[in-house]
Amino acid sequence: MKKKAKTKEKEEEIGLEELVETKEKDVISEEPVKLIVKGKRLDGRGFNELRPIKIEAGVLERADGSAYVEYGDTHALAAVYGPRELHPRHLTEPQQAVLRVKYDMIPFSVGDRKRPGPDRRSIEISKVTREALEPVVFLKHYPKTGIDVFIEIVQADAGTRVAGITAASVALADAGIEMSDLVAACSAGKIDGEVVLDMNGIEDNTGEADVPVALSPKNSKITLLQMDGQLTEDEFEKALKYAVEGCKKVYELQKAALKKKYVAATSATEGNNNQKGSE
Amino acid sequence: MTVQIVPQIERDSIYKLIESGKRLDGRNFDEYRKIELDIGVYKRAEGSARVKIGNTMVACGIKLGEAIPYPDSPDEGTLTTTAELVPMASPTFQPGPPDENAIELARVVDRGIREAKTIDLKKLCITPGEKVKSVFVDTYVLDHDGNFMDAAALGAIVALWNATMKDGEKLPVSKKPIANTFVKIANKILLDPSLEEERVMEARLTVTTDELGNIVAMQKAAAGFWTPEEVMECVRIALRKGKELRKLLK
Amino acid sequence: MELFVKGRDLVVPGDLLASGDYLLGEGTYKEGENIYANILGLVDTKEQFIKIIPLSGKYVPAPRDLVIGIVEDISFSSWSVDINSPYQGVLGIANATDRFIDINQEDLSKIYNIGDVIVAKVLNVSQSMQVGLTMRDKGLYKLREGRLISISPTKVPRVIGKKGTMVQLLKYMTNCRITVGQNGRIWISGENPNIAIEAIRLIEREAHMHGLTDRVKTFLEEKTQKKVSDIPLIEESGADFNV
Repeated sequence: MKKKAKTKEKEEEIGLEELVETKEKDVISEEPVKLIVKGKRLDGRGFNELRPIKIEAGVLERADGSAYVEYGDTHALAAVYGPRELHPRHLTEPQQAVLRVKYDMIPFSVGDRKRPGPDRRSIEISKVTREALEPVVFLKHYPKTGIDVFIEIVQADAGTRVAGITAASVALADAGIEMSDLVAACSAGKIDGEVVLDMNGIEDNTGEADVPVALSPKNSKITLLQMDGQLTEDEFEKALKYAVEGCKKVYELQKAALKKKYVAATSATEGNNNQKGSE
Repeated sequence: MTVQIVPQIERDSIYKLIESGKRLDGRNFDEYRKIELDIGVYKRAEGSARVKIGNTMVACGIKLGEAIPYPDSPDEGTLTTTAELVPMASPTFQPGPPDENAIELARVVDRGIREAKTIDLKKLCITPGEKVKSVFVDTYVLDHDGNFMDAAALGAIVALWNATMKDGEKLPVSKKPIANTFVKIANKILLDPSLEEERVMEARLTVTTDELGNIVAMQKAAAGFWTPEEVMECVRIALRKGKELRKLLK
Repeated sequence: MELFVKGRDLVVPGDLLASGDYLLGEGTYKEGENIYANILGLVDTKEQFIKIIPLSGKYVPAPRDLVIGIVEDISFSSWSVDINSPYQGVLGIANATDRFIDINQEDLSKIYNIGDVIVAKVLNVSQSMQVGLTMRDKGLYKLREGRLISISPTKVPRVIGKKGTMVQLLKYMTNCRITVGQNGRIWISGENPNIAIEAIRLIEREAHMHGLTDRVKTFLEEKTQKKVSDIPLIEESGADFNV
């Protein structure tokens, strides 16, 4: 990821609130941003703390399964169609389903508008996302079909690929696709020399390392692992530990979101809801 | 888009109902489904809106920047409208570059905004011939249950009115064009087609009007035809319904 | 042998259900001694048997299933039929009608045309997921009018009800003919199909909840102004969702 240096002046004289407010201004100066002040991160989190996470299952009408996920200000929407007939036909595999993933960012999800359409980064993320989900999906149960996963990032503040994977996993379960486990994902990294969990945008832009991880929590199996930056062996081990623990927390939220969708229906009252009369 | 076969008995049921003055979901012929508007929900956009008409959902965002002006309008800012029918919105949408439906959607939404002179593009000039402000209107259809045209057009205009520039100033917008889409089924005119109605429609017509009673854009679609009387009827309904929807921009 | 869940518990893929010697039904898999759920659904367990009732998912054709299909394409000697499944159905001329069809003389589209809706049975499903259909059986025919809706195939057992009691209730109260396909497609014909459709949507929404039958009865009584008289309706008892 690009590391742009966003800076501001006279940071020693400014309190924590003002540090957070001025972070968006592109004022170039000599001094680097301090991401850790008095042992806390700019947004008040501890080093091993996730951003506030929100997960909702079944948010779209047409898709077979869907989910919406927020990791702080990063918002991802995932939809699943499948198993369904695969087009083009020549991609069909006789013994199993073909899993396809398309990760995409909406032009207005980022500060500098992103042109619509896949770029090299989206294509790579699509691949690693697919490989994060494939190990748990029982593809052999659906021979000669396709399972399509679509991820749209509607707002980006770092950690978009892990938010996307978390959403995709919930969408797959929502669609009733057979899997050995859910997959939960989060990122660890290093800022100001400290290993931290779940960096936000400003931390990721000026941070020293980024380690996205996806986990099948049942037996703590890692299905996505990437790294960029510089970490010593000890730092990496710590980052991995933070990420695995973080993934387990995300997993609990995924389960709760799926259960909530059906429990909410359970406590609904009589069918007085306005609804369409047919298909 | 891939085509799904419409069962004959479904076509027949819809026709029979419409001939007897009813719609599948019980609406009146000139009634919109429930419209939900969330303004300013996409924080990275300089202006944004999420629109739901029934279950159809469209996300719209405005991105502002700087650009070199077009040679034939050296003192005007640039306005570009895009639309994407993303595959998650419907089993019939394929991944890939915008197809003719997405391109048509973008151009019709753009036409409404541009021809109504919604934005005073001259106010977006920085240095004539060299640098102007650019306005991007991006509309993403996320869930398709019929009539993404009106949802996208509504989202775009709401987002434009919501937009603020970097210096805190509002975008120089002064008009509120509204698009209303009709379909013809069994010789009757229906406003705001649901997905089922679109699948059996003979013809479609989108009419965009502004608050001064001007028609600023029109688009006929699908393989059937409209009579001049039917077109005028659509225009009359659009002028009336445009006023109603415009209230949502308050 | 240990059971970690109870009937009607909502589980997600990867949840530990039990360990030991259990008879495994759908929605479960075994790893060593442990038994896990592989879908989002409700636990259904009886003595040594454990399975998960899915809350969503596509229709996978099985022989003898009654399905409602839409003709999509016609070839030289067969029709391709959309059966609301990842797998397409094929109706060969030998199984299409009770009479002999001479391919050389007859226009297949005059028998079943593209867009026609048919009530058919699944004859066989091959290893490579070729689905053979037949129309040669009692109660199989082309539908000529009426309304067609789609529900999640996982809710079909609830719409049918134990021994067909739920669909009988719907038919009686709304005075409609109703055919429920295992593939989630439902055909309704009568003067007032809307009430039946609303009731079916209600069942689809609340399929996994207790007291559904009572709520449906109340709904139908309110809407039709009729009374549910003494049709022998067997009370639902817990987790048995099967017909």
